[in-house]
Amino acid sequence: MATNEKEELLAELLASINQHHYGPDVAHIEIHGNEVLGAHLVDGLEVTSESFAEGVRVEIRVRAGTVIAKPVHFCFGIIPDNGVQKIISHTVIEEGAKAQFMAHCTFPNAVNVQHLMDAKIELQKNATLSYFERHIHGPKGGVTIVPKTVVYLDENARYSTEFELIQGAAGVVELDYQGYCEKDAVLDMKARLYGRLNDAIHIREAVQLKGENAVGVLTSHIALKEQAQAIIENEIIAEAPYSRGHVDCKEIVQGEAQARAIPIVFVKDHRAHVTHEAAIGSVDSKQLETLLSRGLTEDEATDLIIKGLLS
Amino acid sequence: MNLLEIRNLSLTKSGKPLLHDINADIWQGYVHAVIGPNGAGKSTLAQTIMGLSGYRDIQGEIRFEGQPINTLSVDERARLGITLVFQEPARFEGLSVPDFILAGAKEKRSALVDEALRVVGLDPNRYRSRAVDKTLSGGERKRIELASVYAMKPRLLLMDEPDSGVDIDSIQHIFTVIRELKAEGTTVLLITHSGEVLQQADHAFLLCAGQIVDKGPMDRMLDYFNGQCTPCTHVGCPDIDRK
Repeated sequence: MATNEKEELLAELLASINQHHYGPDVAHIEIHGNEVLGAHLVDGLEVTSESFAEGVRVEIRVRAGTVIAKPVHFCFGIIPDNGVQKIISHTVIEEGAKAQFMAHCTFPNAVNVQHLMDAKIELQKNATLSYFERHIHGPKGGVTIVPKTVVYLDENARYSTEFELIQGAAGVVELDYQGYCEKDAVLDMKARLYGRLNDAIHIREAVQLKGENAVGVLTSHIALKEQAQAIIENEIIAEAPYSRGHVDCKEIVQGEAQARAIPIVFVKDHRAHVTHEAAIGSVDSKQLETLLSRGLTEDEATDLIIKGLLS
Repeated sequence: MNLLEIRNLSLTKSGKPLLHDINADIWQGYVHAVIGPNGAGKSTLAQTIMGLSGYRDIQGEIRFEGQPINTLSVDERARLGITLVFQEPARFEGLSVPDFILAGAKEKRSALVDEALRVVGLDPNRYRSRAVDKTLSGGERKRIELASVYAMKPRLLLMDEPDSGVDIDSIQHIFTVIRELKAEGTTVLLITHSGEVLQQADHAFLLCAGQIVDKGPMDRMLDYFNGQCTPCTHVGCPDIDRK
């Protein structure tokens, strides 16, 4: 690809996520299709990449004891209306290191786009990573996204992740997240999605609490309208003493949309404690009447309630 | 001048009469109260005026500024300037305090959020970034509800049990807002069974078994809380004339 063509694509990619410029102290990596268009690293952060026919293989490492002050931005996307992007990533946050990653996945013109992510994340002892992934899709769907992540948390590691798909139609989503927590490790997974049209969403969030005092929290907040469908599977297996888990699944269903929630809670040690709450259905009538009595129409009130749920 | 007129209002739900032949004038600019024993129909009356689901199938007429509102939906009534504060306000997961406060405000300016929070005695710096969810105490939630009402500037405010589930500090702030709203021209109808709340009113109706059995200035109606209820056939048996 010619340099000016690369620059134009990079500008278009960043514009689609409303990001035009990063400061010199902000690490960022931009990948379009199977090509790394730009990268800027900071001390303690190592990134290597290798392109293959349909995607990029990425190795990310944050060196032991490094604290990266500002979020590291990743931008993945495809600007044309069709294509395939496969990202195979391996991330290691070494002992005592701390970082925040922000991934923007953008497919603004998608008609037939596939975004496949196969990620392995390792957090060594006392390491901390927060990972925020925001998807920006076009208004008509046309995207199939299959993010598959396995995360291993060593002793006292902290990992929080948020997956957000609110802007544009979701398309087909097959989100699969599996976590393993050793002693005193804490894992917090959140997924917030808005399904419209004929979107088909399947989320599986699972965590195995293997070590004493390990904590896992799985949250799924989904709003569906028109003919969208969702299946949400949340699974916590607590097998160590004093491990604790919580599942929170809330889904607002409107129109002809359909939702199914499958919580699985498996406690293998009597000293462990796992709770789960789920609410699926229409908008809460008291919330609705409160906003109606402020003068909002039913549609405006519903939108505001959904905005809150997905915020 | 009457802001709201209720004429021969009756409501029956599941075969049970809840309101019976109510006639009341709500004077503009006044703070009115509806008092009475549990189950008298006080909250039902407020919900019927607001037109909530399940409280629409009425006999009689409710007029707002002379216009019949029986057929209007909740939001249509609200856009005329009527609003209701529930006894137990709803909680909204994730909905920010500013978004909630400005939901019914005509002016969507952030300065109004701070102003409304200050009026209810909450520090904007502490509450602007919070959500209207279960992390708020009952008193905080009720004060934020009132902040949203303050931002809306309603013509008629219906408040169901404003002192329910709130601490002494919160109730004083709630009383302040009632006075502020009255000063700005809002007419208030308090639903209460508290003498302290009644003292915020200028005038009160005594409701018993779904009927107004007495009305008058607040001072005289306070007698109800001193054990001097109006003699009537309902005493000790609110449903006596329904059986």
